[in-house]
Amino acid sequence: MDFIKAEHLFFYYEQEDEQQNNAVNVLRDVSLSVRKGEFLAIIGHNGSGKSTLSKHMNAILLPTGGRILVEDIDTQDEDRIYDVRRKVGLVLQNPDNQLVASIVEEDVAFGPENLGVEPEEIRRRVDNALKAVDMYEYRLHAPHKLSGGQKQRIAIAGILAMEPDCIVLDEPTAMLDPKGREEVISAVTKLNREQGITVVLITHNMDETVNCDRVVVMDKGRILTEGTPREVFSQVQLIRSHQLDVPQATELCAKLAACGLELSQLPLDTQECIDVLSEVLL
Amino acid sequence: MMRDITLGQYYPSNGILHRLDARIKVLLLIGVIILIFCTFNFYSLGVVALLVALSVILSKVPVNLYLKSMKAIILVILITSLLNLFYGTGEPLFEWWIFKVTADGIKNSIYVAVRIISLVMVSSSLTFTTSPTDLTDALERLMKPLSLLKIKTHEIAMMMTIALRFVPTLLEETDKIMSAQKARGADMESGNLIRRIKALIPILIPLFVSAFRRAYELAMAMECRCYQGGEGRTRMKQLHMSARDFIALGVLAVTTAGVVLCNIFL
Repeated sequence: MDFIKAEHLFFYYEQEDEQQNNAVNVLRDVSLSVRKGEFLAIIGHNGSGKSTLSKHMNAILLPTGGRILVEDIDTQDEDRIYDVRRKVGLVLQNPDNQLVASIVEEDVAFGPENLGVEPEEIRRRVDNALKAVDMYEYRLHAPHKLSGGQKQRIAIAGILAMEPDCIVLDEPTAMLDPKGREEVISAVTKLNREQGITVVLITHNMDETVNCDRVVVMDKGRILTEGTPREVFSQVQLIRSHQLDVPQATELCAKLAACGLELSQLPLDTQECIDVLSEVLL
Repeated sequence: MMRDITLGQYYPSNGILHRLDARIKVLLLIGVIILIFCTFNFYSLGVVALLVALSVILSKVPVNLYLKSMKAIILVILITSLLNLFYGTGEPLFEWWIFKVTADGIKNSIYVAVRIISLVMVSSSLTFTTSPTDLTDALERLMKPLSLLKIKTHEIAMMMTIALRFVPTLLEETDKIMSAQKARGADMESGNLIRRIKALIPILIPLFVSAFRRAYELAMAMECRCYQGGEGRTRMKQLHMSARDFIALGVLAVTTAGVVLCNIFL
């Protein structure tokens, strides 16, 4: 079932200078559907429109053309804007700028408090959300004393406490160190697997996408290609010609294949790479 | 060095004052401040000073922390009590040039000194024993009647919460910008006052730009979390009044009675 459905989406930012009427379309005819319960990754380099697309999914930005439906609610329906935001939570890039309160658990409570949830129920949700991202023991800490990965997990918990059906993460790992990246991606993967929450991960780190169900590649406001990670990354030429990378293991093997080595398939991660290579070499 | 600044000077401990309801503490503080200014003789002043001393003891906060907060205003106390010393009326005890010291003046200057000291002590005992979040929460609830006058009490409290949340973040940022400017050869430690103030400009401009960017992003993040102002909002932490809160109010009532009696009969 399609949870989010984008139909021929167009978007351009309003130009302040009217004479200079060269408004660039950031999104050009994007049609995309996100299925319930799936783990979807959207990749693309800077300016490809992937962030803009993510902000359409919970009505932070409204399309200038086409429409986007979240469980059959049009995001342009002003009366139901908060229904959309309750269903689709958005986590932004910089964890520092998303946390509102100076105590972790109070920050996580911010969302449900806004929704007017009963106090005991908020308590339950906050505890569950913090446990889901493994930050329960930090509930009384001050956010500014935590690491980047921890802060980002608090931000995810803050969205989770609103009990959304879908979480959209807009480059959640871009400002984190490798350890923080690992923490955030595994927390998100766990939510998708164990709680069945639909996840849309926007990223430019290809290695984060290998375990997801589907990858959408964006370039210059359009969808370039989509498919399972294996389908997408086997098109090494296409991906590279748009200044994007493929996972390191895939790249290595693609280069070896180009040199004439016969491989059974292109691997996505290190383990597969080892398997494929040992098949040939041993 | 900048990270040493502790906000609100909250000192965690489990004293009786820490466990009082924050709303009650704010009300008590207001009550005591009014009492301090309603003392018309030494007896009533003594009663109030006793109450202040009691709150200092009950707060279970090291006394030297209180003394530290006094240090900042010791000059103010000295100057005001000195001025009061010479403004008395009545028979001068001794005279020199234009200065006349009277018994009345001495009395006044002692009054002023004790009043200011009591004010600082009792306000400190509130900030030492109440976490900033509890304090803003209490203020929001206490200000609620003001919303009848179309004052946006929730928004004011929200602004205080966000300000408190971002002070450490911005301090850290200031540190970073300072290091970055120093690495580019900025000189911030030499020269006269004007020169040093000018040297702050390359720090303040990036700081403001980044603060605005943060504000924009924070607003977006708050929208993502369905923030729609104070209406229809609930709170996770409910403030509860317990027996000790009523006892505290009782203590204030007794002290008030004491002050009134001292003012009338002594």
